[in-house]
Parts: sequence; structure tokens; C-alpha cells
Amino acid sequence: MSSLRNALRSSVGSKTLMALTGLALLGFVLGHLVGNLQIFAGQEKLNAYAQMLKDSGPLLWGARIGLVVVFVMHIATAIRLTLANRAARPDAYVVQVNQRTTYAARTMLMSGLIVLAFVIFHLLHFTLGVTHPEFAAEGMVDSAGRHDVAKMVVLGFQSIPVSCAYVVAQLLLGLHLMHGVSSLFQSLGVQHPQLAFLERGAGRAVAAVVVIGNCSIPLAILAGFVPEGVVL
Amino acid sequence: MRFKLHVWRQSGPNAKGAMEAHDVDGITPEMSFLEMIDLLNEKLLADGKEPIAFEHDCREGICGACSMVIDGVPHSPERAVTTCQVHMRSFQDGDDIHVEPFRAKAFPVLKDLVVDRDAFDRIIQAGGYVSVNTGGTPDANEIQIPKVAAESAMDAAACIGCGACVAACPNASAMLFTAAKIAHLGQLPQGQVERGARARAMVEQMDAEGFGNCTNHYECMDACPKEIHVEWIARMNRDYLKASLTAKD
Repeated sequence: MSSLRNALRSSVGSKTLMALTGLALLGFVLGHLVGNLQIFAGQEKLNAYAQMLKDSGPLLWGARIGLVVVFVMHIATAIRLTLANRAARPDAYVVQVNQRTTYAARTMLMSGLIVLAFVIFHLLHFTLGVTHPEFAAEGMVDSAGRHDVAKMVVLGFQSIPVSCAYVVAQLLLGLHLMHGVSSLFQSLGVQHPQLAFLERGAGRAVAAVVVIGNCSIPLAILAGFVPEGVVL
Repeated sequence: MRFKLHVWRQSGPNAKGAMEAHDVDGITPEMSFLEMIDLLNEKLLADGKEPIAFEHDCREGICGACSMVIDGVPHSPERAVTTCQVHMRSFQDGDDIHVEPFRAKAFPVLKDLVVDRDAFDRIIQAGGYVSVNTGGTPDANEIQIPKVAAESAMDAAACIGCGACVAACPNASAMLFTAAKIAHLGQLPQGQVERGARARAMVEQMDAEGFGNCTNHYECMDACPKEIHVEWIARMNRDYLKASLTAKD
């Protein structure tokens, strides 16, 4: 076990850890997106899906705890590596010119921390109803007695500042994914001339899907969209 | 040609350094960058001043001794060259040129542009030995090496260990160097016996030296005078992980 623990703390092992936890978080982001997009299929579909998740009990809690563990590992490793990287160059260059690196790659820590702040706000907003107590109140139920997720989302996104915050956070998440997804192949050792397209295009493709998909909901609601069945 | 050279001057390892400006005149386009510094140093000596300390050896682009950052890029912004192979024709007459030492905690500055790159030697040493049969002189081509493997190993072996990858990396990581050295022997039949142990030992030594971590900026690949590819880093990741997961200790 000691060799495995040492390996995970090494530079190469830490990189693997970043890639694997990032991949797990990406899985959640994509699953969450697919779930959310059901709002376009109407209130019935979305609320039934939300109820199904709520009813999955231990499975739901397992997934939640797993996600928190992965999230904490991803962030803690990133901070540890960033501090080590800063220590590795104590004296800065007077003149430094970058030739290849991207804005997305250079701002991973910042985009990541802003997304973290957004995730906390998002949980307080919709999941826990701290910022908007009416979202978690007894009255937020549909005709079948389920939590009315569709109505809550519509009410939430009718606020222009809230929708703007969501869109900005998604753009930053997209920036984070652009570098993260493209570089996880390299980090995990997947490198082959015939797979070069993955490294070039996967980050942008995934970022585009996530940004467009997630932003479509607040933007549609701001434009006046109300899911079928929602009574405001 | 004439230039205004801004050079990092630092009297010793723990001294505080600063940029110092010098006007250099009478430079011809075919002069190499190092010859331009030679000329400046002669002038400094004639004026009774301390010449600029810099490392150089072969001056034909194969030893990797000439280590400096020119205008923000190791070995200058010109692609695939060492500093000694950069010629003054690459600059415009009257240019301001900035010259600094490689900067990394693991490469401490000794004087002016000279840095201590012993950390690379210690990584190489950590790689250990390659097992070979003893006895009589082996016959030529006794060990069969596929052409593709030989060429690919040579691509990795082209690394001259100059340290430009570390200097260019935003995190001062030595992964391109270490990966090239691991990939070089790891692709040849002679290097198979110790392949996993070598990958682990070299990565551990690299970490112990205080280099940073790779975050896939790929600045190293563009700065490398031998155009070593980052594919070797992916290979090192594979070799290291496989060796660590299957290790018995």
C-alpha cells in the first residue's frame, strides 16, 4: 500500500488523480445536464425524474457522498499542486513569452474556484432553498403531490441577475472543461497520432455541449418559455 | 548592427540580481548570439569590468550547455535551436534584447546567466543501470531491434538535457526531460528488465529535486531545441502508473 500511496502523491500520480476526479465530475455534469434538459419536455417529465432521484434513497446518498469526496479530492489536489508549482519558480522572469499555452490552461485554478463558488450558490438556491425559502416550502408541489421542480426553475430563472450569474458560471465551467477534457487524455497516458483529434477537439466539443445545454434553460425562461403544465 | 542588451547580473548564488543595460555595436549578422556576448565581454574586460558569466561548450548545438532565456523564451523565440545556433540576423538592427538565466528552484543561479543543473544529473543517476550479458564480445545485431523502435527511441534520445523545458514551463516542471530519458531506454530491448523500476526511480528523484508539476501547457515542446514531443510524457505516465500499481514493495 505504501508504494501506491506514494505514487498517488507523486507528480505523475497527482496528475492521474486530477484527470480521474475531473472525469468523474464531468460525468456528473453531463448527467445533470441531461436530467435538466427534460424541462423542455414539460413539467410532468421533469418532476417525475426528480421524484425518481429522491426515491432512490441509499443510491442517491451514495452518489452524493461520492461526488463530495471526488470534488474535495479534485480541489485539494489542485491547490496542493498549484502551491508546489509556485514554489518551483520562486523568482519570476523579467520578460516571459508564452508560445503555446492557452488562456483556459493558465486560468484553471481561478475558473475552478469560481465554479466552486457557483456550485455552493446553486445548492443554496435550488437544492436547499436557503436563498429562496419558497423553493423548499411545503407549497412547492405539483398536482401529483411531488416537489414542483419545473415551477421552481421557472421562478428562479425569471430573475435576470440570477440567470446572468448562471450563464457566467457556465461560461467559466466551459473554459475549465476546454483545457481539462483535452488534457485528461495526456494525463492518463492516452496518446496516439490517430487519437490526436481527441486532444485537439474533445475539450471544445464538451465545453460547447455543456455551455449551450446548461445556458439554454435560463435563456429560454428569460425569453418567456414556460414548460408545459407549469401553472405560475 | 547595434543592439541594446539587457542582461541579468547576479554576483553569486545568494546575491540579489538585477537587469543591466549594455549598448553593443559592431555586430555582424552572421555572428552567433554567444559571439555577440563574447564581443561585449571583451569590451567589459578592457574597461576593467566583470564580464558576463554564461555557459557554453560545443557551440554547434549538440551539448546543451548554453542555457539562457532570450526575449522571454529559452534559447530565443527561434524554433528548434540552441542559443549558440541563434544568429544576430534573427534580430532587427537596434533591437532591445533581454537575456536572463533559466529560472527554477531546482536550477539555482550560480552567477549571471549560469545556473546549476546538477538536478538533471541526479535524475539520470536515479535511472540506474541497464542489464547486459557479460562474457565475450557479442556478435553484431545479436539483439534484434525493430527499425520503428530504434527510430522512436532515437527521437527521445535526441534530448540534450539543456533544461529549456524546465525554463519554459509555467510550473518549472522537468517532465519533458525525465519522460524523454525514460522513453529512450524503455523502448529498447536492452532497457526492458529495469523499465518499471527506472520509471519510478526517475520520477521520484524528479519530485525530490523540487521541480513543479505538469499541467499540460506544452510550452516545453515549443522551447525544446531538439523538438522532443510531449507524447513521451504520456508514455512516462503510463510506465510510472503501471510500475507503481504492480510494484511488490
